[in-house]
Order: sequence, then structure tokens, then C-alpha cells
Amino acid sequence: MIDILQSLIPTVLFFSAPLIFTALGGVFSERSGVVNIGLEGLMVMGAFVGIVFNLTFADVFGSWTPWISILVASVIGAIFSIIHAVASVSFNANQVVSGVAINMLALGIGVYLTKQWYDKGQTDMVTEPFFRTDIPLLSEIPLIGPMFFQGIYTTSYVAILFAFIAWYVLYKTPFGLRLRAVGEHPMAADTNGINVYKMRYIAVILSGALGGLGGSVFALTIVSNFSHSTIVGQGFMALAAVIFGKWHPLGAMGAALFFGFAQSLSVIGGNIPLLESVPQVFLLIAPYVLTILALAGFIGRADAPRANGEPYIKGSR
Amino acid sequence: MRKNKFILLFALLLSLGLILAACGGGGSESESESEASGNEGDSEESSTDFSAAMVTDIGGVDDKSFNQSSWEGLKAWGEEHGLSKGNGIDYAQSNDKADYIPNLNRLIRDEYDLIFGIGFELKEDLQKVADQYPDTYFALVDDTIEADNGVSITFKEHQGSFLVGVAAALKTNTNKLGFVGGIDSPLINKFESGFIAGAKSVNPDIEIEVEYAESFGDAAKGKIIASNMYNNDIDIIYHASGGTGNGVFNEAKDLKQNDPDREIWVIGVDRDQHEEGQIGDHNVTLTSMVKRVDVAVQDVSNQTMNGEFPSGEVLEFGLEEEAISFATTNEEAMTDDIVSEVEEWQEKIASGEVEVPQTREETEAFVDGL
Repeated sequence: MIDILQSLIPTVLFFSAPLIFTALGGVFSERSGVVNIGLEGLMVMGAFVGIVFNLTFADVFGSWTPWISILVASVIGAIFSIIHAVASVSFNANQVVSGVAINMLALGIGVYLTKQWYDKGQTDMVTEPFFRTDIPLLSEIPLIGPMFFQGIYTTSYVAILFAFIAWYVLYKTPFGLRLRAVGEHPMAADTNGINVYKMRYIAVILSGALGGLGGSVFALTIVSNFSHSTIVGQGFMALAAVIFGKWHPLGAMGAALFFGFAQSLSVIGGNIPLLESVPQVFLLIAPYVLTILALAGFIGRADAPRANGEPYIKGSR
Repeated sequence: MRKNKFILLFALLLSLGLILAACGGGGSESESESEASGNEGDSEESSTDFSAAMVTDIGGVDDKSFNQSSWEGLKAWGEEHGLSKGNGIDYAQSNDKADYIPNLNRLIRDEYDLIFGIGFELKEDLQKVADQYPDTYFALVDDTIEADNGVSITFKEHQGSFLVGVAAALKTNTNKLGFVGGIDSPLINKFESGFIAGAKSVNPDIEIEVEYAESFGDAAKGKIIASNMYNNDIDIIYHASGGTGNGVFNEAKDLKQNDPDREIWVIGVDRDQHEEGQIGDHNVTLTSMVKRVDVAVQDVSNQTMNGEFPSGEVLEFGLEEEAISFATTNEEAMTDDIVSEVEEWQEKIASGEVEVPQTREETEAFVDGL
């Protein structure tokens, strides 16, 4: 049993980390009342920038390259998401349509520039991706050490840390209160002197930064190159995690970890004595069945922020 | 509110579809370019009046895999006969499954004598146009079509897989090997069968774990599978899974980076994947099962040009035609002893002494007979 947990937990953590980052981005955006279907596109952008930066500057920054790459990716992601913010907040465009546009645009830019810069359909593999490490001291703890702190990507813990920071920001600071107020009842917030547009801009840009971070972490821990099929559906999984987690940062984190768990289980299940006799088909569909069961049975009603998806037009009722 | 949810769902579906459609969007430029040059090529054809072209599948012409290899074969054949792109040879890139028919029609309209469809995905569309245009010759790579003006090009992947299986069996320290397949299908089963047969021929006690990712593009799944396999003492993984294999390479390199003394390997597929395995001063690519689609493309082009089109046949390219081989780029890992022993088995296959199985049933019988 302990052996199984030791192989299960690290895979869950590395699979979930990019989803956690991106889902947190989704939480910020949707809490402020802006639906963000564009998470997928933001991840694509992050993956693309992360890989290109890494390939270009690996010689300059050495082992620090992946960290700087994800930082740059999140900055570019933030800038890129301004398109979504302008369209959906300033111009009151349909937020779903705008998000879809982000998805298409990001993939188009990524694939096109790859073709232009590298003259091929996919980039080379990066030489400086993230590597697993043992966390000093903590990995020495018997039993728990090998499970949680040996052969782990540091980014996984950064993701979990971010989830707690996001929770603190959203629920314990005035900024978070305003952000949520804008998403629940923008007119009330406006009468109280909160700048609705500004808050929504900040929220969308935050989601861009986190989405870019998620995409680049995915590319640099799992795929190590960029092509049109690097990010396929991870953004939508993150979006599902947002809803699954009831628009709560820690809930979204839990949902992302759950997805990772289900996915790992479908692979590792064959080695677990109890599940050994289960036909492989059932293990393969397990992630999806578990998700449906969890959504339908245990989570209960998921209430979106009340003004989610509605553009705020000053003075209208 | 309810209405909103429907719109949301609809948009989700729509965007998914559009993403698929946008895949490889960058290629459209070169496509229109080739169209322009293709048209002017018709008037210039002089050195030989025979021309050949190909339609890629959605992987694109630079997929580092069989599309690229096919185009290299066609280019080499063209050079031999004084032809160049747009002038006797050409390709049409498909960014989407819906592009196959228009691409085929365009090349037919441009009066190419021989048109290759690369990949089993084109099977139905190629069959359709082959029936419609009996005066043009068609060749399908990796699957079969039935027409007098059509020829099917298939490969004996099981032979190559057998050889890398032998190499893996000689290299392993733990006597446990892994196989990661893309989609569980007859084509990938050939890889699996050959690999198992090869490894067991050397040492019947070797255990081989087989996993399918059910996708050719899911690197995350590939990484999870590889991580699990390496955890369970498997030290060599053979992948036949396209982009899913990226995850396998990623995992192997990661483990190697943390523990350079650990002996773990990946076996590449379709072409020499040596480059993918490089990590610092080490390389985790033991060898690769190399499939020379270019050889087959050149061969069929030559036959057709000489008026010997293998009408309606199913051609099988294997070791004898040098269309299947194994890579020896990683000299450190593929020691002379291993290479010479693998070559011995290659002889045995070529001489017909060993019949490599292609399906799971045949593999069982083969292993029982050892």
C-alpha cells in the first residue's frame, strides 16, 4: 500500500500543478464576473513563450532558465489576456465569444511563429526543463518524506502555495472583497465607489498571468517542446476544476488534484492488488466516471458568482 | 441564466472544434505557395513527363516522422530525375481531415501521374478518388486500398520491433521491459508483437508490460505510464505512440538527470530519435525502430515511371528492401556485441528462418514454441 502511494502521489502532484495554476486564474476572472473560456488559449500562449524563451536563453541563465521562463510566460500571458479584458469589460462583448477568440488566436500565433522562427511544425526539446528534486530536510522524514518530498517538482508545491495565497487574497483582504462584490452585484459595488471596470481588468489580467504560468509549467515539466498538440484540453480541464471547486481557490485546487488522482489511478490501477482483476477499459474510463459521480453526488449545487458572464453597463438596471 | 449555460456549452463545443481545425494553421502559407508554383510547373515540365505528388495527413510535412520521410523520399527521387518542387513533384499539406479530398482533387487537376496518400487516415478518401479517376495512379502508405489504379504500401514494423526487442533483451539488467502504444489497433499491435517476440527469443524469462495511452498526442499520459513503469523496475521502454512518447522521453531524462548512474533507456520509433534522448552528457535513447517510408516512396515512383505500376497490389516493405532498420547512433549503449547479435537475428529473419508474429495470437504461439 505504501509503495503504491509512493508512486501515486508524485504523479498526482506533477499532473495537477499546471491545472491548479490555470484554475486559480479562472477563479479570479470568474469571481469578478468575467467568464474565461480562454484559459486554454492562455495556457497555449504560456507553453509557447515558456518553451521559446527556454530554448533561446538556456545558455545565458543555466539552471535558472525554467524559473525565468515561467515568469516571462506569465507576463506575456497577462499581456495577452488584456485582449479578453478590453473586449469583454470595456466593449461589453459576449465573454464566451471573446474567450473562444483567445483560444483560436493563441494557437494560431503559437503554431505560426514556430513555423516562422524554427521552420518546422514543432520546436526542439528544451535542454533545461524542470527536474525532480528532493526537498531538503523534509524528504528525510520517514514514511511521509518519500511520499511527498522525494522526486517532486518544486512547481507542484508552488502551485499549492499559490492556491492558499489566492484564498487569502480573495477572502481575507479588502481587494478580494471588492473583487467578489464586483462579480456578485456590480451595480451595488459601483454605488459604493468601487471601480468595476478596474477590478475586472485586474482580475482578467491575473487570470492571464496564472494561465500563462500553468501552460509553461505544463510544457516544461511534461512535454518539453511546443507543437500544435502540446496543450489539448488542459485549459478546459482547468475550467472544469473551477466549476467543480465551486469558484473557490482551495476547491479548485482540490478538483485539480482529484483529476490528477483519477488520471494516475487509471494507469497505476493495474498494479494495485485490489484493482488488478478489473478490466483495463474500466480503469481507462475511471477518470471521467469519477468526475461525473463527484459532480453529481458529492458536491451539491454549484452557484456561480451572480453577475458572471454579464457585462456591466453603467446606469442600466 | 439557463440560456446562458446553453450558450456556454455550445461555445465550448464550437471552440473545441475550431481548435482542431486550427491545428497546424501555420502550414497554410506554404500550401498556397505550393499551389501557385504547382500551376506554373505544368507548363515547364520537360525533362521527364512523369510527375508525382503526395498529400500529407494532419501531422504536416515536417512532422519529424513519416510525412517528412515521405517527402524526403519524393524529393530524392525528383532530384534523380531532374525534378523539383512544383516542377514534377509536389506535396499538399492537410491541416484538417476535411482537407484530404480538396488536396487530392487539386493534385489530380494539376495532372500528376502518381499521387501518394500518407497515413491510414486517408484510406477512405483515397479510395473514393481512385474510383473516380481511373487514369491517375494512387498509392496509400500504411493501409490498403482496393483499386486497379491503386497500390498499398505497408511496412513490416514487426520485423524492426523484433530487432529492437532483441537489443532491449540484451541490454536490460532487470529482465523487465515496457511497451507504450498509442492506440490499441492492428497497426500498433504489430509493433507490440514484434517487440515481445524479439525480447523473448533472447531470454524467455523476460517480463514485458504493455500499456496503451489511447492517444498519439497525450504526453502527460505517456509520462505517467513511464513513471509507473520505471518505478516498477522496468529499465527499457519501447514506445510506438507518436507525441505521447514525448512524455516517455521526458520522464526518462528526468530520472537520468537526478541519478546519472541509473541505467534506464527508451527505444524510439519511426525514425532515429537520438536527439530526443540527449540529456547533458548522457543519452537515454538506446536505439530506434526506423521505418524508411522514403525508400518505399522512391521505389514505387520508379516502378510507376517505368510503366510497371504494381496494380492493386499490397506491397510490404521490410528488412530485405532496407525499408526497416534499427539505429546504432548511441554507440556507448549499443555495444558491438549487441549490434552483432542483433544483426545475426536480422539475418535469420531475412533468410526466413524466423517468422516474426504480427498479432497477439501469433505472438502467443510464437512464445510457446520457443
